[in-house]
Formats: sequence, C-alpha cells, structure tokens
Amino acid sequence: MNSHESIRAAILPHLKAGDWLTLLLGGLCVVLLTLKLWSGDLADRAVIRSGGKIFREVPLSRDQQIEVPGPLGVSVIRIQQRKARIVSDPSPRQYCVRQGWLQQAGEIAICLPNQVSVELTGSTKKYDSLNY
Amino acid sequence: MTASITENRGEGRREKGEGEKPSSILLNTTAEDHHIARMAAVALGLTILENAIPSPLPGVKPGLANIVTLIVLARYGWRAAAWVTLLRVVAGSLLFGSFLAPGFFLSLSGAVCSLLVLAVARHLPSRWFGPVSHSIYAAFAHIAGQMGVVYVWLIPHAGIAYLIPIFAAAALVFGTVNGLIAARFMENKTDCPQITQIRTD
Repeated sequence: MNSHESIRAAILPHLKAGDWLTLLLGGLCVVLLTLKLWSGDLADRAVIRSGGKIFREVPLSRDQQIEVPGPLGVSVIRIQQRKARIVSDPSPRQYCVRQGWLQQAGEIAICLPNQVSVELTGSTKKYDSLNY
Repeated sequence: MTASITENRGEGRREKGEGEKPSSILLNTTAEDHHIARMAAVALGLTILENAIPSPLPGVKPGLANIVTLIVLARYGWRAAAWVTLLRVVAGSLLFGSFLAPGFFLSLSGAVCSLLVLAVARHLPSRWFGPVSHSIYAAFAHIAGQMGVVYVWLIPHAGIAYLIPIFAAAALVFGTVNGLIAARFMENKTDCPQITQIRTD
C-alpha cells in the first residue's frame, strides 16, 4: 500500500492537463490503428480467372494492366497502388466495372457474361458465401 | 572525445604560435561544447545499456537515450538537443559497427523526425504541457519516421502494416515512461545527470 502511494506521488505531479490530453490522444490513436489495421485481412495478390480456370495470379505490389480474353471479348484489369479493378469489359450491364476498386482480401469482381473474375487474396483464406 | 572533436570541427582550428609547432592541432572548445559532449556521452551510455536489454520484437526498444534529449531540450534549447541526439546516433552506430548500415538509417530517420516534432511541440504552452507530452509526440514521430523508411526502402510490402499497432502501443508506453523519468530528473533543481569524473578537455 505504501509503495502504491509513493508511485502515485512520483507520477501524478508530472502530468499536467495537456499531458493527460496527449495520453488520451495517443491511446485513441493506438486503438484506431489497431481496429483499422487488424480488422480486415490486407490483400497482397489478385487471382484472375477466365472461364473458371485461373488465368493469372499477380502480386498487388506492381502496378500493371492485364488484358484477359473471354467469349465476348477482352476484359481489361488494372492493378494500381495495391488495389485492383476491372477497367473495361464487353458485358452488357457492366456490373463488374461499376464495382470499382477492390482492396480487402476476399473482395471479388465477376463479369459473368465474359466469364472473367478478379479475386483478392491475403495470407489467410477467409470464408464467405462464395467459397464456404 | 569523439563527440567533442566532431562538435568543434565547424569552428575551425586556430593555431597557437604560428610556425613554431605546425604539427600540433588545437581545437578551441567552448563550455557549451563540453556540455553537449558530456550529454551525448550520457545518452550513448544509455544506448549501450539499452542494447543489453532483450527485446521481444526487433525494433521495440525503450529509447532511454531520449530522456537525455528531453532534459537537454528543456534546459538548453532545441539546438543543443539536436546536437546531442545526432551525436548519439552517429557515435552509437560507430560503437556497434552499424554506421551507414540499414539500422543506422533507421535510427537516424527516427531521430530526425522526433527532433522536427520536438521543434514544434516545445512551443506548446508549458502551463499545460510538460516533458511527458513532448516525449509521447517524439516517440510517435520516431516510429512514424522509421516505418516510413522501412516501407519506402527496406520492405515495400503492405504486410508491415500489421506491426504498426504494436509499435504505436510501444511508443505510447515508452514515451510516457521516458517523459516521466525526464520530468523526475528535472524536478530536482540540481543540474542534469552529469558525469563529472570524465574530463573532456
């Protein structure tokens, strides 16, 4: 008990109001970083499929543009700044193009009419309704 | 001392009695130079001490030498603190044989970033903000600078993002502890922790 009191006496006089604010901000920063960075799996590879078979598997670290042939024509996939998207596709409703950038592992864009898909994978395989 | 000589190179040398003894080089040092050298030596001692402490994760270190930086910053201003810190980084890397190796650039980038943040943080109103705040901001800047260099130069892979929460938590804890220690030292009105036995001249 006595040692507890002395520790309090050693610490508390050196913490001013602003220091408590800094501590609070720092703690908040750590919590937010943890939630943001440890919640979802960061993707590091993109698996491109055509007609159900794996067409190519590329790392997200290198920016590039890939053309994938399908029954309707060519789908263009772009990898940029650790994100991937389908830039253009001959499918009539353009669902996969409108899906935009994919960033998290497990995210997938599928162009059904042209039988082309891009799926992001991370270090661990997550289960969802597609691959359960 | 290495620190003292490095510090005074900028001031040039002045010969005493021209022509008589051309081989002797005299470095004129001021009291401030001696003080900076002494403080850098204390910081260097803490760095060596700290390297003997085993760490659960490479890169997670208490950064005890920053206690000296904080005290020098409060007592003698930012310029002296920058000298002490940079001398500690360079001399420390020479001692451990890591000069110009990746580890050297990591500690240099961390030190430069935290010095830049300290240059701003020291102007916070002293009524509300003490050494603990300075220490925490500097610790976060330190880790941000290091992670920046790691990502741009050493491991350009998003995987290192996983380590950021651990490093940030360590920065908060050790920043707070170092700040408290620095505040405790400055509480006594005696001069800073000095090694008076070592004469630098």
